[in-house]
Amino acid sequence: MAQEMSQPRANFNPALANVMQWLRANVVRNGPLLTTILIFAVAYVVGGQLYPAMQKPQVFFNLFINNGSLLLVSIGMTFVILMGGIDLSVGGMIALTTTASAALLKMGVSPFVVIPLMLVMGVVFGFTQGSVIHFLKVQPFIATLMGLFFARGVAYIISLSSITITDSFYKTLALTSLPIPFIANTYIYIPTLVAPIMLLVAVYLAFFTRFGRTLYAIGNNEQSALLMGLPVARTKILSYTFSGFCSALAGIVFSISLLAGYGQFATGMELDAIASVVMGGTLLTGGAGNVVGTLFGVLIYGTIVSILQFNGTLSSWWTRIGVGVLTLIFIGIQSLFYFRKKHG
Amino acid sequence: MAAVPNLVTMKGITKAFPGVVALEDVDFALRRGEIHALMGENGAGKSTLIKVLTGVEHPDSGSIELEGKPIQVRSPLHSQELGISTVYQEVNLCTNISVAENIMLGREPYRFGSIDWKTMNRSAKTALKRLDIEIDVSRPLAEYSLAIQQMVAIARSLEISGAKILILDEPTSSLDANETALLFDVMRKLKGEGLGIVFITHFLEQVYRIADRITVLRNGKLVGTYDVASLPRLELVAKMLGRSVTELDAMSQVKTQAEQTQAVKPVVQANALGLHGALEPLDLELHRGEVLGLAGLLGSGRTETANLLFGVDAPDSGTLVVKDEAVKKFSPNESLKRGIALCPEDRKAEGVVGELTIRENIILALQARYGWFKFLDKQKQYTIAQEYIQLLGIVAPSPDQLVKNLSGGNQQKVILARWLATNPDVLILDEPTRGIDVGAKAEIQKLVLQLAAQNKSIVFISSELEEVLRISQRIVVLRDHKKAAEFTGTVDDQTVMHAMAGTV
Amino acid sequence: MTENLSTAKGASESPASAQTMGRFRPPRVPLFKRVRESALFWPLAALALILVFDAFYAPSFFRIEIQDGHLYGNLIDVVNNAAPLMLVAIGMTLVIATGGIDLSVGAVIAISAAMGAVLINPALGNQLITNDILTRDATNTPLPLIVLADLAAGTLCGLWNGFLVSRGRIQPMVATLILMVAGRGIAQLITNGQIMTIYYTPYFWFGNGFILGLPVAIYIVVGVLILAWFVVRKTSIGLFIESVGLNAKSSYYTGINEKNVKLFAYTFCGFCGAIAGLILSSNLHSSDANNIGLNYELDAILAVVMGGTLMSGGRFSLVASAIGALVIWTFTITVYTVGVPANALLAAKAVLVLAVILLYSDYTRRLLNRFERTDRKTAPSTDVEQRV
Repeated sequence: MAQEMSQPRANFNPALANVMQWLRANVVRNGPLLTTILIFAVAYVVGGQLYPAMQKPQVFFNLFINNGSLLLVSIGMTFVILMGGIDLSVGGMIALTTTASAALLKMGVSPFVVIPLMLVMGVVFGFTQGSVIHFLKVQPFIATLMGLFFARGVAYIISLSSITITDSFYKTLALTSLPIPFIANTYIYIPTLVAPIMLLVAVYLAFFTRFGRTLYAIGNNEQSALLMGLPVARTKILSYTFSGFCSALAGIVFSISLLAGYGQFATGMELDAIASVVMGGTLLTGGAGNVVGTLFGVLIYGTIVSILQFNGTLSSWWTRIGVGVLTLIFIGIQSLFYFRKKHG
Repeated sequence: MAAVPNLVTMKGITKAFPGVVALEDVDFALRRGEIHALMGENGAGKSTLIKVLTGVEHPDSGSIELEGKPIQVRSPLHSQELGISTVYQEVNLCTNISVAENIMLGREPYRFGSIDWKTMNRSAKTALKRLDIEIDVSRPLAEYSLAIQQMVAIARSLEISGAKILILDEPTSSLDANETALLFDVMRKLKGEGLGIVFITHFLEQVYRIADRITVLRNGKLVGTYDVASLPRLELVAKMLGRSVTELDAMSQVKTQAEQTQAVKPVVQANALGLHGALEPLDLELHRGEVLGLAGLLGSGRTETANLLFGVDAPDSGTLVVKDEAVKKFSPNESLKRGIALCPEDRKAEGVVGELTIRENIILALQARYGWFKFLDKQKQYTIAQEYIQLLGIVAPSPDQLVKNLSGGNQQKVILARWLATNPDVLILDEPTRGIDVGAKAEIQKLVLQLAAQNKSIVFISSELEEVLRISQRIVVLRDHKKAAEFTGTVDDQTVMHAMAGTV
Repeated sequence: MTENLSTAKGASESPASAQTMGRFRPPRVPLFKRVRESALFWPLAALALILVFDAFYAPSFFRIEIQDGHLYGNLIDVVNNAAPLMLVAIGMTLVIATGGIDLSVGAVIAISAAMGAVLINPALGNQLITNDILTRDATNTPLPLIVLADLAAGTLCGLWNGFLVSRGRIQPMVATLILMVAGRGIAQLITNGQIMTIYYTPYFWFGNGFILGLPVAIYIVVGVLILAWFVVRKTSIGLFIESVGLNAKSSYYTGINEKNVKLFAYTFCGFCGAIAGLILSSNLHSSDANNIGLNYELDAILAVVMGGTLMSGGRFSLVASAIGALVIWTFTITVYTVGVPANALLAAKAVLVLAVILLYSDYTRRLLNRFERTDRKTAPSTDVEQRV
């Protein structure tokens, strides 16, 4: 599925030689993505062998339940990184969204006002960051760092302590489980669906719109994209706006699943998101990668966490070390795939 | 002939940059259905003329007419809208996205709100077919050779902006013979369709194969526009170099040392030294106290030779022996320790560190040789800097002046000073006199001869044949990345020009 | 080599040399211009601005009391709290000057702190840990050894970063991101995931001790600053760092070994992070791998940018960066003193970042240049543009 999406092809020749050639070309071209999927599969199977409890189908769906927010911000992050930028503000934006929506709900504002309001806030926030980066020529790293400080700071100004959400609509969303058809004893929650739906939107944006293709072009060579007459400024700002939107959405999902808002939520999530994007095969310097890979990057992250939980004796810091090592491996793989292509 | 209307007429174009007049009252006309070669050595003004035509630079004076109507080209994008497209040696496309996208992006077809890949690929295929190219357009551009990438760039300019004028800026310098032939076929086809093509190249042979007319520029001035048939190759070279073929050898040659001691072992000896894609295996000897001239047109392999001798690039064939020792590790740092110095061709990018002061620039190589811990203190630095500022006549208010604020000639002298401070045995000078005024040029030439008299060995590279002839005892001529000829002692410029042009 | 030295010396004794010129004196530059162009101008101006604000709105800020022969007060707090950041900023300055960046300093602080805490803890190995043993004011390892291990751990981290950047040719941001992600995990690995509370009093000296009424941390910062200044300005490393940061290609063509220059910068940055970790853990009496030195990389980058070092590399000033760190902490403590809730500080910091960005933006620079140019017209004697 992933390959089909990444390389929509019009002319598939069924002759065997051509199939082989096609396979070779596509395996090499999608090397990082396939490696990601392979690593996920291996990690998952090994986990299942080590801890039989992990073989339950529900464990797989838990990956989506537990990592919905991470997947959402990683999707936004993928777009920004593909374009050659970076967005460090995502964790802060989640904290701000949870706190702001919890505070508003406590004041009795309807959730049907709060949710759209939060999304608008995310869009405005991302748009502002993109504009600062593009027009003031501030390094993305520094501008979004400012965004991180700002968002978390405002969250603390709203409330210094955690605010519980008692709104009935949020509670219904959080507690209604949806059984998965055809697979016994499995379920997800309603907010779990948000991230996969967003992934589909992202795939559409990335592969079937000028915005998405221009992202790739800018990430490869901004100067060339400019000379080709592509809308560089608009696309750059839009990508940060999109990331802001994703973060706000992630914040809403976060607040629903925890039924609380707090300025300390999602600390360091920007790092997990960047690591997931890189593990998903996206080049940190931009121009190459795939939002589908990001899904598997997040799944790898989730699997590592699950394995550690099932083990019980291994401590949580192995997650960080594991993610760090995998990031290193992926940077190595990337230089292998992309640099060979460049020089070969 | 006169019936063919001009596509573009540029009249009296003048463009000055601080310190240099890049173009002075230059006329240029491109006809419908012609391939027009634009020729000239470094600093002739070719690229500035193209930049004016494509809106990168705005002329100080002069007019441009497109199909009879006066125009002002505001920006590169605007020039594309006007139908003027440029394809560079380094293709300005995005190699990570597919061929089809590179051709169609910006005018991609949509269906039900999403890009219609099928139609897009089909249109891209058609666009390439116009150039007789059939490839899988759904593959990333990076998977194809540079020649194909150029075709794609051409296809894009035809498809998106409906180009009427195509500027090909050194398109063939990285192509092999077959790829060049392919490009030429495309050029002929487009010419047949009525496009005007400006062709910039340093391969003389290609000009005679494909071009209809030639415009020669020199030092920012127009030398003339000629029909290819009426301009023999040697005469073209003479015009590019600014020499007259008829008044031969009027100039006397001043040489400090006519005598050569061949019996002594050479300081530098290269045996079949080569690097794939840069320089074919080359034999070279350099003796003590000798000035060896490297002549050849731009792109003939002069700089590549210098870079191999200095270890900027490591060769993949042959051996290099310096002072009886075979070189194993190739790096500027090693060369520095071996007593070799290189004043590189690109003064700004590879030579000076513009944001550092004159003093710091001058002591940089000496300090690199001394390493981290044998640090020259400030007073010593000033002494050395002051000494070379006086010795080379660097004009600056103080040694603490930032080098970027100096003129080209003074910057060149700073680089020379940097290397002289290390007291090298071998000095490779790659275009040391380019872009600097006559006075400073003469000073540098004099200095080279003085250094040779002090028993230093010098490799002197220049586009100006006259100065190579004047100061070298031996001249090696390069052509197409190969040694074409070697002359010892007095030699007339016509012989050398024949060797450079390949008409011996 | 010796031959060349002697010839260089010989050359300097040629006619156009020292004796005829006498000692060279750099030309005089107008005082205002010299002040304006000094690297210290902007950070000092920012510091002064904040202090002036304090003078009006929080006069208590300047009160200094003497207790037990030690100085106490907000100003002392600023310096004491800023010490670790100043150290990290000094290291970061060198890295940024080479045109790189080190995102891992926070993680390095955590690793170094973890190292110290573990070596102190008497319950190393598989012994049964009782509360009694754990809270003893004793150490398992001699103090000098602890300090050495701390520094070695951080320096090793720096070496790893430098290796990835210079030998592995990985982009600095990407290369140091790896340790940024994994570093705190490694720190937790060292402390077995526990927040280690330290009870060994001699260890507290680094973060809480006083010498002649002033905190020990100040002396450490000054010491490192002098050391760094000496290393950078009394050897050729500083010149090479600037040269590599300004024009890596020219530097390569000049024979400078830019790989080793970068390796040194990152290693030194790791070393500085290690000392910062030592002071921080000593000051806090604990080592919490998740939170110690959090956001230090960001603050340090901010301090360096405030100190006038461009993110693209080149000219740098260690003292200016250190003052930049001081500005950040003065700002922080001021915000506390004025009564802004501690946690809202982050938003205030964002405003500070924005101000710094605007101050250093092209627009401001152009505005200043225009000012400068009119200045120059009136004083043509300082005209810098001369051509042959």
